[in-house]
Amino acid sequence: MADLKQDTSKAPSHAGERYFVRFTREQRYLHAVLFTTFLGLAATGLPMRFSESFWARKFASGVGGFGTIIFFHKFFAVVLTVAFLIHVKDVFTRALVHREKGIFWGKTSMVANWKDVKDIFGHMRWFLGLGPKPQFERYAYWEKFDYWAVFWGMIVIGFSGYAMWFAPFFARFLPGWALNAVLVIHSEEGLLAILFIFSIHFVNTHLRPDSFPMDMVIFTGVESEEEFKTKRPEEYQRVAAQGKLETRLGVKPPVWLLNFSKAVGYTAIFIGLLLLVLTLSAYFGS
Amino acid sequence: MKTASSIALVFGALLVLAAPRVALAETDCLSCHGDTSQQDASGKNIAGVDTSVFHASLHGSLKCGDCHATIKDYPHPDQVTPVKCESCHTGEAEGLVGSVHANRAEHPCTSCHGNAHAIFPKTDPRSAVYPLNIPHTCGACHGNDAMAKQHGLPNVYPQYIDSIHGFALSKEGLLVAANCQSCHGSHHILSHSDPQSPTYKTNIPKTCGNCHAGITANYMGGVHGKAVAAGDLHAPVCSDCHTAHAILQPTEATFRMQSTPICGSCHKDKLSTYRDTFHSQLGSLGGYVETARCWDCHGAHDVLPASDPRSPIAPANLVATCGKCHAGANASFVQYQPHANAHNRKLNPALYFTRLFMNLLLAGTLGFFLIHTILWLIRSRYQQIKTRPAKGGKNG
Repeated sequence: MADLKQDTSKAPSHAGERYFVRFTREQRYLHAVLFTTFLGLAATGLPMRFSESFWARKFASGVGGFGTIIFFHKFFAVVLTVAFLIHVKDVFTRALVHREKGIFWGKTSMVANWKDVKDIFGHMRWFLGLGPKPQFERYAYWEKFDYWAVFWGMIVIGFSGYAMWFAPFFARFLPGWALNAVLVIHSEEGLLAILFIFSIHFVNTHLRPDSFPMDMVIFTGVESEEEFKTKRPEEYQRVAAQGKLETRLGVKPPVWLLNFSKAVGYTAIFIGLLLLVLTLSAYFGS
Repeated sequence: MKTASSIALVFGALLVLAAPRVALAETDCLSCHGDTSQQDASGKNIAGVDTSVFHASLHGSLKCGDCHATIKDYPHPDQVTPVKCESCHTGEAEGLVGSVHANRAEHPCTSCHGNAHAIFPKTDPRSAVYPLNIPHTCGACHGNDAMAKQHGLPNVYPQYIDSIHGFALSKEGLLVAANCQSCHGSHHILSHSDPQSPTYKTNIPKTCGNCHAGITANYMGGVHGKAVAAGDLHAPVCSDCHTAHAILQPTEATFRMQSTPICGSCHKDKLSTYRDTFHSQLGSLGGYVETARCWDCHGAHDVLPASDPRSPIAPANLVATCGKCHAGANASFVQYQPHANAHNRKLNPALYFTRLFMNLLLAGTLGFFLIHTILWLIRSRYQQIKTRPAKGGKNG
């Protein structure tokens, strides 16, 4: 409690700093549902994938065996499917019903464009000290990749998962070999997602020096003006040039939200890294 | 007449004189041996006989001297020759010859039959060889770790007593439950390596078939039974899958969990392809014993090749076989290959290329981003150190 009070008393010294909204409440909730169900799916999927390993068996016997594992795997899968469908519906409602511009194309779109291609090469040149750091827009190319990787993964893992869950039904229109293939697809794509999220996404988004130890914007929805300016200079300048910076103003996140977000975020990262270690040990151990 | 009667008298006296000395009566023996607590001069307990038990026993009508034939006088020597049971029990004695228990000094009759003065018919619960008492009787030696180790034998008593046969016998008191003697015989017990033994590999189906006649008939019709009958000692008999002593109820979780590696110890390639499937993945996690094990699809005793129309894995029977677990299984569903090999391009090309594509996707994506992320980390850290004093906040 002493720490908390101290933090609150410190707050006025930063009062001058402005905060800008990056993510809406719905987007933050979507990310929360996504990472919660993803951790659940990974934690229940990995023991099945590496069922020969000692930790998988220990885990299975600890929670009540395979029956419990598959129940929660399916439960998280259904929740994530619903969240995914709500997101897709939301995107199409914004684009087709509200006629919102720039969803499928433009500077704020998730769809890749020519600037992203230039940014990849520009960024790599900067890594090697061969050029200036690219000026990123609202969504940088690796963030778009994260989004589409999840999108593609949802369809591939989801479809192959449901094909196994309801195999006799899917067998009506899938060839026989596909029933064998769906397990290979499901487990390899799942493994890719797990390895990617728990190593690449964690580092790119949270653990790299610019954001270390965690980028809080996905939890609080807002970021400081400095962060906005340095991380997404092109977007900042564009919004400023349009004179719309004020419309993006948010409030500094309260201390409880920051602390709560840190607790949740660190837990997620810890579970993720633990699963990553177990995965790698089982993958290279077998 | 006088002459005749005196001749008879003389002859009678001669008869009495010529006859051996009157045998010791039971009462003479019991004057010492009737008291179980009595000790001899050296302080040893003398062998006491409980006459009430003895007279009710099988040998109750016999006189002491019938068995203890060398004892003629009182007092008798300290060391007496052992009783020879074989003087009456000739068949049993013959049986012991050549058996594993042939050494009479190590295995006297009483080691199995118990107190010689309390022998009861084997149908009597008081008998040491009454079916429900046999495991305990044999277990006196065969449940003893030191003895087992000394003779290079497994300690089988605990295995048996926790087996389905042991439970039936000890918990239900089932007289027909297999006890030691049901499989090993009684007097002419032979090593399992002896072709004459009922526990010799090729004799096992017949031995188990003494009770499990239906199963044995099924087994003899399957590939394993035929192979064994043809002299193939690699083919499994009952005990290879069920074990000899620790036999479990096959529907029990423990047995379902351990059965697959048993089949896999011969069918190595099939085990390895089975391991790649969902059946195996979830089966090995436990708690879900319903998952298909080898014999759920192939049958247990009458295993037949897919080419045999009676086989559960014959193409025409697959819908029914898979349908046992998968409600709604149809002709298309059963094209699923439970032993597909994703590493074999010729056998499973579609699966092979699916796996190859997925692996390339995985390696490509991770490979690119791994390099990308490492370079980025190094560059950002370098940048951060270089510009640390400059403004830019904590994430500058």
